[in-house]
Formats: sequence, C-alpha cells, structure tokens
Amino acid sequence: MLSTDTDILKTAEAWRREGRGVAIATVVDTWGSAPRPVGSHLVIDEDTNFLGSVSGGCVEGAVITEALDVIADGKPRMIEFGVADETAWQVGLSCGGRIRVYVERVD
Amino acid sequence: MHLSLLSDLNAERAARRAAVLVTDVASGEQRLVRETEVDGDSMAGELQDALRRSKSGLIEREGRQFFLTVQAPPVRVVVIGAVHISQALAPMAKGLDLDVTIIDPRTAFATPERFPDVALLAEWPDAALPDIGVDRYSAIVALTHDPKIDDPALIAALRSECFYIGALGSRKTHDRRVQRLTEAGFAQADLARIHAPIGLDIGAVSPAEIAVSILAEIVASLRKERRRLA
Repeated sequence: MLSTDTDILKTAEAWRREGRGVAIATVVDTWGSAPRPVGSHLVIDEDTNFLGSVSGGCVEGAVITEALDVIADGKPRMIEFGVADETAWQVGLSCGGRIRVYVERVD
Repeated sequence: MHLSLLSDLNAERAARRAAVLVTDVASGEQRLVRETEVDGDSMAGELQDALRRSKSGLIEREGRQFFLTVQAPPVRVVVIGAVHISQALAPMAKGLDLDVTIIDPRTAFATPERFPDVALLAEWPDAALPDIGVDRYSAIVALTHDPKIDDPALIAALRSECFYIGALGSRKTHDRRVQRLTEAGFAQADLARIHAPIGLDIGAVSPAEIAVSILAEIVASLRKERRRLA
C-alpha cells in the first residue's frame, strides 16, 4: 500500500509501542534537483522494515544502514548525499542534487 | 525523539491542528510547539514564518542550528454529492493523503455500500459543514448538480477561508449559479473563487477521468507557489 505522511509517523509510533527499535530519517536540507522535499520522512525498524522515502530510492539503502547504527547506539546523525560526496559512486543521487538527512532514534 | 513527543505530534495532526517540532541538530534536543503556543515562544518570529509558508527547514540561532518540522493539518476535501464521480474520487484522494468527507442529504445516494471506508454524512450541507469546520486547509467540491443542495454548500464555502471551491456544471449552469449567488449578496470577487466548470481541462469523459481532473485542480491550487507559470 502507498504510504502517506500521516501513515509514516503513525507507523513509527505504532512500531515503537510494539517494542521494536525504530529510527526516523528526515530530509533537512536540499541543493539542486532533489527528489523529495525538505521535511520528508523515512521510518525504519531494527529488522530493516521501512516506510516512506527521503529520495526517489537512490539513497534509501544507505540511510537504512545508518539507521540501524542509530537504533543501536541512540546517537542522532546527520548524513549528506550528493555527487560531490566521495561515496557518490556507491550511493550518489543520479539527478545531481545533494541532500542532508537527519536520523534519530525513537526512545 | 521521545515516543511521547511523537505521540503528541500525531495527536495534533489527527485533531487538525498545526504544530512545529523544533530539533537542535547538534544535541538532538527537541520540543513541540503547538499552533496556539507559537506567539509566546522564544522563536515566535521564525515559527510564525515557517507555519505561514507551511515549510519545514533549517534555521540558525545564536550559532546553533535548528530544524523546524512544520506539520500542517492534512488537507481535507469535502465533497457535496454522493454521486458516481465521488465514488471514483474518494479512493484516489486517499492516495494523495487527502482527507475526504462526502455529504449528501439523499439517503439513497449516501450509503456505506456505495462508499466503503469514507466519512459519509447523509445531511444537508448547511447543517453538516459548521460541524466539520471548514478551515484554510479545506477544499469544497459541489457535485450534485442540484442548486438546492449545492448552493448552501457554496455559500458556506464562500464565507470560509477554504483554499479551493469547485462546482460541477456547464458554463450556462454556472452563469445561472452566479446570478443566484449575486442575489444572495456575494460580490464578483467572491464568486471568482469558484472553479467552474470544475477541474483542469484534460478532456475528461468518464467519472474517474473527471475525478482526476478535479483532484489535479485541487493539487494545483494547493501547490500554486511551486507552479511553473508558462
């Protein structure tokens, strides 16, 4: 089923209430042609179930990997993706844009 | 984010109240500012600006960076008329995260069998609309083609700050509607708020195509600041 903004944060709350480890990733800044606007969310649980998106699918994998660390140690992180990034060949945004994503655990 | 904070944020959304989540991105410290608390807040200026533009974003303050997550209430579409077009429109609107309510006093039309999973009120629009509370995050769509049902809804819409008003019917039908509403005391500028004939001109024929054209026009009104004007 298609997820909407309403579903995403409601799901984050429901997953946490079930006792799952949960992280929320939020697009906080964009430059150039970014696929998802500032404020877009992706929620991830400890088993890598996820809902929502922070890009058109380009960097979700990397954000999910980072989210697992955030769920484990509880420290929020800021991650940046873009063509100028040295990891560009692995997880760059093919559109040429750059985005910054804030990942935090739900406690 | 604390679960209680997330829960409060979801509760504000469900109650159709705007709120801003303020996050200190360096420390992770967070707080929720409800619409009614904005004016008394130490960041009142920034928060008001973010709310007015319904736009999340980073701000700098005293050398610290804060992210403002602006949560505007979900956009509501109130459809007058439990008609064929409404049956096509309701599930499409759900996918767009639009909150649909259908009003039709004709109980033969307004049945749960015809409208599963949609808020449905078998009432007259002038009775139902005040209870719903038409705000600036609302769109009103009149589809019955019957002035005695559509007109009271349009009058309530014109008196509200809703962001979109649309009415089904040909130009001729609309001319007669404008005449009736003028006699009811509305000025030309008020009546210009009504999109009629309703929907973007995509040559729609079937009820589903008309639903697409109406929803596209609602999205275009909602996102007008982002549109590339030809």
